[in-house]
Amino acid sequence: MAQTQVAVQDVTDQLIEKYGYDDHFHDHHDGDKYQSNFITHYVFSMDHKMIAKQFLITGMFWAFIGGLLSLVFRLQLGFPAEDMAWLKPFFGKWIVLNDAGVGTLSPEFYYAMVTMHGTILVFFVLTAGLSGTFSNLLIPLQIGARDMASPFLNMLSYWFFFLAGAVLFFSLFLSTGAFSGGWVAYPPLSALPQAASGSGAGMTLWLLSLTLFVVSVLLGGINYVSTILNMRTKGLSMWRLPLTIWAFLVTAIIGLLSFPVLVSGFLLLFFDRSVGTSFYLSEIYIGGQALDHVGGSPILYQHLFWFLGHPEVYIIILPAMGIVSEVLAIHSRKPIFGYKAMVFSILAIGFLSFLVWAHHMFVSGINPYMAMIFVLFTLIIAVPSAVKVFNWLATLYGGSIRFNSANLFAIGFVSMFISGGLTGIFLGNSAIDIQLHDTYFVVAHFHIVMGVAAFFGLFAGVYHWFPKMYGRFMNEFLGKVHFWFTLIGAYLIFWPMHYLGIAGVPRRYYSFDNFESFAHFGGMNQFITIAAVLVFIVQLIFVINFFYSIWYGRKVKVKNPWGATTLEWTTPIKPGHGNWPGKIPTIHRWSYDYSKDGRDFISQIEPLSEEEKKTAHH
Amino acid sequence: MIALLVLLCLILLVIVVIQIGRISEVAGMIRGEEDIERDSNYWNSRLGLVFMVLFLLASVGSAIYYKNYMLGYGPHEAASIHGLAMDQLFNMTLFFTGIVFIITQIILFWFAYKYRGVKGQRALHISHDNKLEVIWTAIPAVVMAILVVFGLNTWNEIMQDIDPDGDHIEIEMTAYQFGWIARYPGADGVFGARDYQQITGRNPLGQVWEDPANHDDMHTNEIVLPVNRQVKFRLTARDVLHSFFLPHFRVKMDCVPGTPTFFVFTPTKTTEEYRRELSKYAEYQVREDPNDPTSPMLWETFNYELACAELCGTGHFSMRMIVRVVEEAEYKAWLENQSSYYLTSIRNTDFDPFKGMEIEIDELSEASEGGDEEEETDLSDYDELEAEAEGSGSLSEVNTNID
Repeated sequence: MAQTQVAVQDVTDQLIEKYGYDDHFHDHHDGDKYQSNFITHYVFSMDHKMIAKQFLITGMFWAFIGGLLSLVFRLQLGFPAEDMAWLKPFFGKWIVLNDAGVGTLSPEFYYAMVTMHGTILVFFVLTAGLSGTFSNLLIPLQIGARDMASPFLNMLSYWFFFLAGAVLFFSLFLSTGAFSGGWVAYPPLSALPQAASGSGAGMTLWLLSLTLFVVSVLLGGINYVSTILNMRTKGLSMWRLPLTIWAFLVTAIIGLLSFPVLVSGFLLLFFDRSVGTSFYLSEIYIGGQALDHVGGSPILYQHLFWFLGHPEVYIIILPAMGIVSEVLAIHSRKPIFGYKAMVFSILAIGFLSFLVWAHHMFVSGINPYMAMIFVLFTLIIAVPSAVKVFNWLATLYGGSIRFNSANLFAIGFVSMFISGGLTGIFLGNSAIDIQLHDTYFVVAHFHIVMGVAAFFGLFAGVYHWFPKMYGRFMNEFLGKVHFWFTLIGAYLIFWPMHYLGIAGVPRRYYSFDNFESFAHFGGMNQFITIAAVLVFIVQLIFVINFFYSIWYGRKVKVKNPWGATTLEWTTPIKPGHGNWPGKIPTIHRWSYDYSKDGRDFISQIEPLSEEEKKTAHH
Repeated sequence: MIALLVLLCLILLVIVVIQIGRISEVAGMIRGEEDIERDSNYWNSRLGLVFMVLFLLASVGSAIYYKNYMLGYGPHEAASIHGLAMDQLFNMTLFFTGIVFIITQIILFWFAYKYRGVKGQRALHISHDNKLEVIWTAIPAVVMAILVVFGLNTWNEIMQDIDPDGDHIEIEMTAYQFGWIARYPGADGVFGARDYQQITGRNPLGQVWEDPANHDDMHTNEIVLPVNRQVKFRLTARDVLHSFFLPHFRVKMDCVPGTPTFFVFTPTKTTEEYRRELSKYAEYQVREDPNDPTSPMLWETFNYELACAELCGTGHFSMRMIVRVVEEAEYKAWLENQSSYYLTSIRNTDFDPFKGMEIEIDELSEASEGGDEEEETDLSDYDELEAEAEGSGSLSEVNTNID
């Protein structure tokens, strides 16, 4: 086996030498210029692979923080009567002690935690950490480019993200508290400092942070799109792209079209807060005072927000889908089933994602007739999503499946996506949504379908491409422990929430004691909290595995350890700047020739045989 | 001290995890990677099957266990006409999605198990199958079409304005941080004009006292509804967004400052009837305080509740109001017992524009049709609503919603 691998490797080099395209890249010694010292290599790097690692590790930091915050508010929900004085050393004045020395979490802090958890996970982890990492790592490697179209903008993209994070992190320490009006930041609550203490300086920093974040997304996105469209190597037509690249392309386009709308919404909100305009404010009496604002509409903000907000969930899930398609195919040793259908469903989901935003607003006071069109398009999205699920299942059929950590997470993704996707059909139907809107049913739905599922895509990607990033493997045993406990644990956390939601329990409640209807679920809330704590601890296994493996993991000895067809596995085990030491490989076939003609796999750089040329349709 | 303990635990975790990792690595080196991989395929594919079976059993089992909390089952049956239709739609969706859920989860883990890698096995090279793909595009499309048609039919029924010929009542709800004010229009059936600029502690809704229609309007601290009569809730908010949520009636609509919204429905069960139904279920046959055998049963103290369902600040979780549904006669008696806010709190104080003057509440509101005070009060949307006259039932009545 080792012998054949070495032989394959030689063939790879020979093929690149024979058919590759010589762009004289390394004659210019650009590579050295770009990473000559510590700062330019590790900090202000312009190498897409290093930027990918920066996004990943920063994303992991934020996932840790965001997860930790969720434990704090889960403690409150699961054990509202318990003494929280022991948290006083960490949270100071936000833990209020009574005369007996029994501590309780203040509601302001609870709502700030909920808001920060949402903001961090949606934007910093699942947008930047997922799309930022894998778009950067894989786009140049899989399309045969030396780097991004603009390495400099790429570097800026990371540092704007970093800055956005720094600003938000700082806001956690404000004496008035971080923003506490929910990650959607609906005005007037977010517009009026009188309405909540977090709506003061906390909200200002939140707006600043998110605006910086959008800059980062736009710089990254424009780079991804132009790189994919212009810098594919010779022979790599769009129909030969791996599904990862298709997913990243559509993700970037969605981001470019929708994030600016969010910023415009933020800008108007900023004006309302600071300049005295009335875009979102009208006839408000608050804090003993009638405000001058007249004529605005809070619903306008919701339109602008969800015009990004809904595509945003596809920005999160599409890269995960792309990664899962690739990982499932490689480790099942089969072509992805229905490649074209997969591409068309990505495109359809991308297009439809712009036509469904008001399904978040069925009961917000919009014209009921508007719901017609949004119900229709929302449920239509279920069709391409279903096609994708069926194609993943068909990809497994007849395979020779490897159960390594990467593939386990890919299979887990499919399970999560089914479970969470189906509950979307309830919520997308406006009549049912009247009851379920803003209840725990929604929390269960989106956590499973875009939270956990996207995380599974991220994990699948990390386990799968870790050898490419660091030249070592992550530990498989720990990876599997991580997988099984996370799969079971995630269901234990979020499955019961469906029942809470159906019973009408509203989300974003600090305590349920005030209502007879919602007070019966103490046991279930405790159960969820315990499961959440355990799942969080299990994630630490991943973190330890990750960092340990960077330095001490089992070394990768062959270029193509998974036996994959795509280009990233034709680079050296630890590719330097420019990715290929000599010529750039050229492409002769699509990216899914697995188990064809009695061979385990046929690399994309291998020319078609005479036989294939006669029957070729790829 | 606690920080130190946490730190110690973390370090211990790190060491344990790393050691386990190293042991597994060494084992791999001794036994050979391929051996390990086949072993892993064997065990993990079986684990997958076990997981699938347990997961499906748990999800179906828990659904049955909690069915008394699920829409349309057990004691929490909808207490409104449209709620029943909504519950039906929910069950229909549950039926379709339930089938798909079970079948696809079984296929997923079954295929993964059946096609696990074993020595000498080669995968099939199947890239696509157009016929199959057309079929599994068409089936979800048809199912979705069915759900859209039924869903939108139900939605359109629910969102109807009041029945113009029917006998309905109207209640205005104003949400604020953190509570509700219910206003009944009084004998004239007309809500008096409001101007948010005139809101004070004394005048929490900013009612314009020059408008005689305000003089018989009542503020109540609970909502009382006659059973089987259509009710139109006019919803508004004073400061930030709130949401008017009546879980038992399947009612939810945001309250938006500056933009009036409404929700029309018909309650079908009095609080007493609902309590009697609850009394049949074990969950409600327990004492309110389990340690006190003299405390009332849970079903005896049951009340319909109004909750806020849109995050509105730190007191969001506490915006409760009790809703009582009663027989028509009881409603009338209760209504007669309520007194006008104007008479109890404003009349003949400095805030009363008619201080010292003789006015007659009931008649005055009739006379207001030709009254000349009207012009002074054209400050809020309520004037427009009022001008349209009560019960006209036209869709344009609350123009922001239905235009």
